[in-house]
Amino acid sequence: MTFVRGIANWFGQTLRLIARNKAGFLGFIGLLFFIFLAFVMPLFVPLDKTSRVDKIYNPPSAEHILGTDFQGRDIFSLVVHGGRDVIVIAFLTGAISTFIAVVLGSISALLGGAVDSAIMAATDFWLAIPTFPLLAVLATQIKLNDVWLLSLILALLSWATLTRAIRSQVLSLRQRDYVEAARSLGMSHRHIIFKEILPNMMSYIAISLVFAMTAAVYAQGGLVFLGLLSFSDNNSWAVTIQLAWTRGAIFFKDSFLNIMAPVAAIALFQLSLVLFTRSLEEIFNPRLRVGV
Amino acid sequence: MTVNATPIIELDRVSRVFEQRRRQVKAVDAVSLAVQEGEVVCLVGESGCGKTTTGKMIAGLIHPSGGEVRYAGKNIWAMSKDEFRRYRLAVQLIHQDPYASLNPAHTVYGIMSAPLLQHGIVANHKQARERVRDLLRTVDLTPPDDFLDKYPHQLSGGQRQRVSVARALTVSPKVIVADEAVSMVDVSIRVSLLNMLSRLKRDLGVTFIFITHDLAVAKHFAWEGRIAVMYLGRMIEIGRTPQIINHPQHPYTRALLSAIPEADPRITRTKERLQLRSLDIPSLLNIPSGCSFHPRCPLFEAGLCEVSVPPLADVGDGTRVACHVVARERAKEVVA
Amino acid sequence: MSENAKTAGEPALLVEDLWVEYPARRGVVKAVRGVSFELRRGETLALIGESGSGKTTLGLALVRLLPKAARIKQGRIMYYRNGTSQDVLALNAEQLRRFRWQECAMVFQGAQNALNPVLRIEAQFLDTARAHGMTDAKAVRERAIELLKMVQLDPQRVMHSFPHELSGGMRQRVLIALGLLLQPQVIILDEPTTALDILTQRSVIEVLRRLRTQLDFSLIFISHDLSLAAELADRVATVYAGAIVEIGSVYDIFERPRHPYTLALTRSVPTVTGEMHPLASIPGSPPDLINPPLGCAFHPRCPYATDQCRSQEPRLERVGDDQFAACWHWQEVKP
Ligand SMILES: Nc1ncnc2c1ncn2[C@@H]1O[C@H](COP(=O)(O)OP(=O)(O)OP(=O)(O)O)[C@@H](O)[C@H]1O
Ligand SMILES: Nc1ncnc2c1ncn2[C@@H]1O[C@H](COP(=O)(O)OP(=O)(O)O)[C@@H](O)[C@H]1O
Ligand code: SF4
Ligand code: SF4
Ligand SMILES: [Mg+2]
Ligand SMILES: [Mg+2]
Repeated sequence: MTFVRGIANWFGQTLRLIARNKAGFLGFIGLLFFIFLAFVMPLFVPLDKTSRVDKIYNPPSAEHILGTDFQGRDIFSLVVHGGRDVIVIAFLTGAISTFIAVVLGSISALLGGAVDSAIMAATDFWLAIPTFPLLAVLATQIKLNDVWLLSLILALLSWATLTRAIRSQVLSLRQRDYVEAARSLGMSHRHIIFKEILPNMMSYIAISLVFAMTAAVYAQGGLVFLGLLSFSDNNSWAVTIQLAWTRGAIFFKDSFLNIMAPVAAIALFQLSLVLFTRSLEEIFNPRLRVGV
Repeated sequence: MTVNATPIIELDRVSRVFEQRRRQVKAVDAVSLAVQEGEVVCLVGESGCGKTTTGKMIAGLIHPSGGEVRYAGKNIWAMSKDEFRRYRLAVQLIHQDPYASLNPAHTVYGIMSAPLLQHGIVANHKQARERVRDLLRTVDLTPPDDFLDKYPHQLSGGQRQRVSVARALTVSPKVIVADEAVSMVDVSIRVSLLNMLSRLKRDLGVTFIFITHDLAVAKHFAWEGRIAVMYLGRMIEIGRTPQIINHPQHPYTRALLSAIPEADPRITRTKERLQLRSLDIPSLLNIPSGCSFHPRCPLFEAGLCEVSVPPLADVGDGTRVACHVVARERAKEVVA
Repeated sequence: MSENAKTAGEPALLVEDLWVEYPARRGVVKAVRGVSFELRRGETLALIGESGSGKTTLGLALVRLLPKAARIKQGRIMYYRNGTSQDVLALNAEQLRRFRWQECAMVFQGAQNALNPVLRIEAQFLDTARAHGMTDAKAVRERAIELLKMVQLDPQRVMHSFPHELSGGMRQRVLIALGLLLQPQVIILDEPTTALDILTQRSVIEVLRRLRTQLDFSLIFISHDLSLAAELADRVATVYAGAIVEIGSVYDIFERPRHPYTLALTRSVPTVTGEMHPLASIPGSPPDLINPPLGCAFHPRCPYATDQCRSQEPRLERVGDDQFAACWHWQEVKP
């Protein structure tokens, strides 16, 4: 019972902290909306797969609220179904690259010496080679339609910058007097990392994760657009944009929404993510959390 | 306190060099000091003279670049793992800045229970809570239950400094190195903090190494102990507190004492001031040759002072001074 | 001198019932609460108080340099010169610009680090002068050299130095010289010696003392350091929780304080010269300016407090020839 109440309390307080920042709260609402759109709506709106030659590029109507595409399919259903993979890949990519960065960055900063030099040399090397073209080449070799595999590869795009950022964070936190006090009190390395250093990096890590997500959204968009990435059943906002683009949707007035609807979805999703980082500051700031 | 007992802390020509923008900074230069158990020694000097670095070397938080730090006669950096652990807990450092020395992410209870649980000083959280309450009472944070669940940002500077002291007490240290522990708190609470530390010293028999830039505070805290004065990384005078305060020998100590503004208009406006030859403070990157005080010293003698570094010489009354001229004059007096 | 005779007895500055507030998340910070005092012509007044007691805010209000968020709730600030007066709170932007520096200059807390790092000291003097309509570079340079000499700096070296090439104490003295450039009649120094080493503090103190005898201006300095007041002040005002609780001559304040807070403060600072006497400690912690205690703000920490103190706020009243204290029981307070 008390456990349940504790959880409820935590949620209540977290919500309160999110609401402290207006922009952040807006971002939070936006994210909820997109999660609902991408994961719940598909249960009610079936994906429209039938081509209807008589309905190509129809303007919005009661039946198709966002109109139809070059094959006469319902754009609304494409937008509803095109979000899931984008969001999942963004999240996985963000999580993987942040995880790699936290582990490598902390090890590098805390162990120092040869390990540090090796990890820093690796990031230098990685930052020096042109990664996006490399990825493009890679994409032509392997069929990149597995969400996990794709996320892993996209994560490789951003791990190096993030690792360096995390390393310098750890380095500066390590200098803090309270970390020195913990050393003086004979506290274990585990305690120092997980109890003294990490809690004070949580907002930084969370914000890094969100920015890695936004980067991943653009990166998958870029790959799709270059035609290097395809999705199994062709439902991604990026695919919709790319198809609309190649089928000349921009040349017809009535097909405007075929491109604009998925573009708006991506842009608003990104905006929500960026705005939400404002609230992350508040959530992880111990000064604002009282009595938990 | 027997004079011949093994000192609990001993610095033997300890030095520390830092690398700063590719240049070597000698923050501490061949400092020797022996502290007996139960004693109180104040390290005083102006900012940047190496007090904190010395304190951190005593607490084993910084490696010396030369010389030995001994605890109960043993070189701490040649100890076995077990010995070092025991030493580490026995010597605790209180930081200067109470805003930086407590982790903002934890409550007072979290901060203080961690070492108790880690070292098996208590068996469980229930006991830990009891012990933390006791310690909070020891540092006059009463009633303790008002503080247990507070975060550092909810406490005032003075209260944080008390938590910081209480945290050091969790491991029952024998030696406390207090680095400017009262400098950053307000005047009105400084005295109660000082009184609390004095009481710990008396009741728990803790050995104190008290670092401060304020000679008046040193005088009040260590009247029964000793004062060691540092200048540009070197120890230039050490002796019993009443001697240093009332009969300072080294020209720098004298200049310092005479320059201090006093919180009493009649005293401070009639005090005799020692004039220095120069107001410039030399940089640690460019320490003057010989006696490093020579460019500013009113007693400077060319051909002597800038030539060789004066060693700490016994000048009687338990005082040792690193000054060519003072040592010579006192030697003459003894002969005469 | 004839001018002085004409305006004898007139203060340089008069502050009446000044209130300043900052809005904050938790509520309104009442940083200055009903402060009234006069600064006499040619005198040195020290405002002494602990961190957060509102000293800087008061100083900023006197030159209308408060941050945007701050609000002057009420009060009057009058400057007098040669028989004319200026209501500072009624000045427009142009008048204000002239007023700061020419009438009243303020050197900020921690300002040693506020000199423009990319300009040589000479350029900083010329810029300040130009900003106030003094375009004769030669005259400015001459005046700057004269002032630098007065603050015991070597003009040849300092004029051509960048701020980072000077020590903290030298920078502080440059700032004092800069403040004197336009011959203001009032100078406000916020924590002029804090964060400086003892020997450097000494040089700043000596410079200020010399300037007081050489030039004709009134000086307000703000400090948490009682010994600085003991060194330099003619009169001392103790500030507690945004209000002046006692004001009087430096000897009265240190030797015959009548407010329990002043008494406790002066007895809690150790001296190196003289006997070892036990130090008095002040119980409790500094007040919260968002919710200051009812009645006398010092009552939770005051050994003399009674029920009256807990409900009614005392006002400054005369407790000696030239000494005022805000305390219901000042007659019982014995040094
Ligand atoms: N810009 C601001 N916004 C909100 N509150 C402020 C601001 N500046 C100061 N305060 C608050 O006003 C009160 C008085 O501050 P002030 O800086 O005047 O104190 P002080 O006596 O000069 O302190 P110190 O000795 O530390 O310089 C404090 O509670 C402070 O937190
Ligand atoms: N980690 C460090 N790296 C480089 N220089 C340092 C470091 N710690 C201290 N110093 C330098 O050593 C000198 C002495 O510093 P410190 O021991 O902190 O003096 P104090 O405590 O007497 O003010 C200073 O010049 C300081 O800048
Ligand atoms: S050795 Fe010379 S320069 Fe150094 S303190 Fe003594 S008299 Fe002065
Ligand atoms: S008015 Fe009362 S509480 Fe306030 S200082 Fe005087 S005696 Fe103390
Ligand atoms: Mg220090
Ligand atoms: Mg201030």
